Parts: sequence; structure tokens; C-alpha cells
Amino acid sequence: MTTAAAETRWTVAADPASGPLVATSLLQLIGNTPLVEIERVRDGVRPDVRIFAKLEGFNPGGSVKDRPARKMIEVGLATGKLVPGKIIIDSTSGNTGIALAMIGAALGYPVELVMPGNVSAERKSIVGAFGAKAIYSDPLEGSDGAIRLCRTILAESPDRYFKPDQYFNEANPLAHTETTGPEIWEQTDGRVTHFVAGIGTGGTIMGTGRYLKRRNPAIQVIAAEPEDAFHGLEGLKHMASSIVPGIYHEDELDSKLGIATDEAYDMVYRLTREEGLLIGQSCGAVHVAALQVARTLTAPATIVEIFPDFGDRYLSTNLWQGWMETR
Amino acid sequence: MAQVRIPTPLRKFTAGADAVSAQGSSVAAVVDQLDKQFPGIKSRICDEAGEVRRFVNIFVNGEDIRFQQQLGTPVKDGDEVSIVPAIAGGH
Repeated sequence: MTTAAAETRWTVAADPASGPLVATSLLQLIGNTPLVEIERVRDGVRPDVRIFAKLEGFNPGGSVKDRPARKMIEVGLATGKLVPGKIIIDSTSGNTGIALAMIGAALGYPVELVMPGNVSAERKSIVGAFGAKAIYSDPLEGSDGAIRLCRTILAESPDRYFKPDQYFNEANPLAHTETTGPEIWEQTDGRVTHFVAGIGTGGTIMGTGRYLKRRNPAIQVIAAEPEDAFHGLEGLKHMASSIVPGIYHEDELDSKLGIATDEAYDMVYRLTREEGLLIGQSCGAVHVAALQVARTLTAPATIVEIFPDFGDRYLSTNLWQGWMETR
Repeated sequence: MAQVRIPTPLRKFTAGADAVSAQGSSVAAVVDQLDKQFPGIKSRICDEAGEVRRFVNIFVNGEDIRFQQQLGTPVKDGDEVSIVPAIAGGH
């Protein structure tokens, strides 16, 4: 098969009826994730309010983070900041690290990742499997500790590294403006009325929200965040107590909902058992937020929520450990 | 006295201190003592039933108390007790 034919086939394959994908590069398989309607975990939401989850776990690296990682690397290559001989380094508590490790392996660049020592065992294993080097920061310092340690390492030998810098790189939200937003618009035939996502770096909600509001300024963009600084929602940040990412602009949100860890965990169990969706804890938080929004609506609506990953990479964490025994 | 290591999000209770001393012969006693020194901190660590919240890990000298005697895990003078959120936050 020629490259051109492969490109064409990949481009049209967003429609499952067109058959299995054929890509010439792993990077082409990032994005075009499916939406699935949440049919049972609706808790009294009126029938004409439909809720769709975008399953980002279908990305090849298993999370929404494949999108910004690919874009940041592409921009790095295009601007000459990433050249052969450099090491890709960033601070990450997991999914971005996995995405960078995967893309680094696919493109032949070494990757070093600074992460808090308490990220899940699965994440550490996956990153290691791709050949990336993990550097652990103090678990008590959280993701901000990883950010600071990464800055220190970079300051010692700046010429050695390319740092995508997901918290401050506009290519992060741009990835979503270029892919996630248009996908949601097309998948809902422009009917989306509300967009709900968690905040980690803010890239997903900023970039997707911008695209959707450009298409229809009435679309409501709603963020879910941990209700307290001390929480168990891996991947999400409590903004008021964190180093605020440079790409995050709260004034672009229509609202922000604080979600309790326990409520989010319970929602993960329900989505798994009642919808058949084994997803990560941030998805639970996002769905709690989506239901809160849905219950206030008095007219037909289409809510799209982002489920950033699947739950198999959390089976060793407190989310699942000890839970089964009590059921 | 045990040395208790405090995670960043709970340092608002300890006036910014990353480690404090607390007396107690078990983790439960240490946590109660902490709450006397820093009112409100226990409710962040334990739920209404008094159990350690699901997303909180407590280590005594590096050993997870879930795999020991939970809140009943003994604490001796000079032990290091670490309170660590199960996850990191941020992506």
C-alpha cells in the first residue's frame, strides 16, 4: 500500500463503517476517539438531556494526553527546539509521561520524566517499558514538587534537554482546539450545548472550549476540580492551592465545580458496574460534575464530557485496592 | 515523640511546617494528638467514621499501615510517620 493510500484510508476511518484503520505512523492514530452515551448513570436527569462521554482511553497511549504530547513534539521539531541528540524531559504525574515516552520511542528520542514517587505502579511500569527514565520527586510535594525538580534539572544543563513544558506551552491547548473540539462538534452534528472536563494543566478545557465557543458562543464550558487541596483525584489540580499553569485562564470558563474525592470514586464504581466503563478517577469527578449541571437544565441539551483514560492503570491504587473486599 | 511528615496540601494547618512532632503509641493516637495541636487536620485524614480516607496513605518508617494494623499500628519514640495523598495531582 502506498503512503498516500494509507493516509486517505486513515483520514476517512473516523467512521467505523469504513473498516479498520491503516496508519503509516503511530502518531496518526492519536485522536478520533468515540463518544458513548451514558444511558443509566443519569440520576433523574430529564430524558431530553443527553450525556455523551468522549473516551480518550482509545488513544494509542491510553489517554487524552497523547494529543498535547504529539502537538508539543511536532511544534518542537518544527521550530528546531527539538533536534537529534536532545532528550525530551518534563514533569508529569503520569499520562503525559506515558504519551511522551510512547512518542519518544516512536520517533527515536530519549525521554526523562520527573514524577512524584506516589504515582501508580502501572504508570511507572508503562513509562519504563517504553524505555523512558523516571526521576522521582518527593511524594509529599505532589505535582508541584515534580515541576520544581524538573526546573532544577533543566537549569543545570539546559542545552541537553527539550522540555515540552505542558503547563506553559500553548501547543497543549492548541492540540485540543485543532482536534478534540472539531471532533466533538462533528460527532454531535453541532448539537453540543455543554462541555465538561477536569482541570489538570487546563489544556483540554481551554483548547476544546475555545473551539466550541468559536462555533457557538452559547456553549457552556464547565470545569471539574477537586474540592480541596488534599484529594485523591489523580490528574486533577485544585487550582487555588497549586502553581497555576500559564495556559490556564479561568475567565474563559462559564463555571467550575469542586468535586469530593469520595463522590468521584463512588461514581467510578457505578460507571464501571452500571455502564461497563472501567475508567479512571478523574472520569468519576467529571461525571459527577456533568450530572450536577444536567440536573439544573430545563430544556433539551447535549452534554459532552471528557473521560481522560481507562481504569486499568489504576487497579493497584487506593481507588480499587480494598474496595472489592467490602462489596 | 514521633516525627510526622506533612504533605503540602495540609501544611496550611501546620503553619507551613513540613514535619512536626506528635506523641502517641499508635497511629490513631498520633493523629488525635496532631488534631489537638492543629485543629481540623484529622478530618482531612480520616472520614466521619474515623477510618483513614481512601485516598490517604500513612506510612510508619516507610511501611504502609494498611498492610500492618491500620490505625492500630504501633508507633515508638523516634519513628517517622508520613501522611501521603495516594496520588499526585496535575497530569
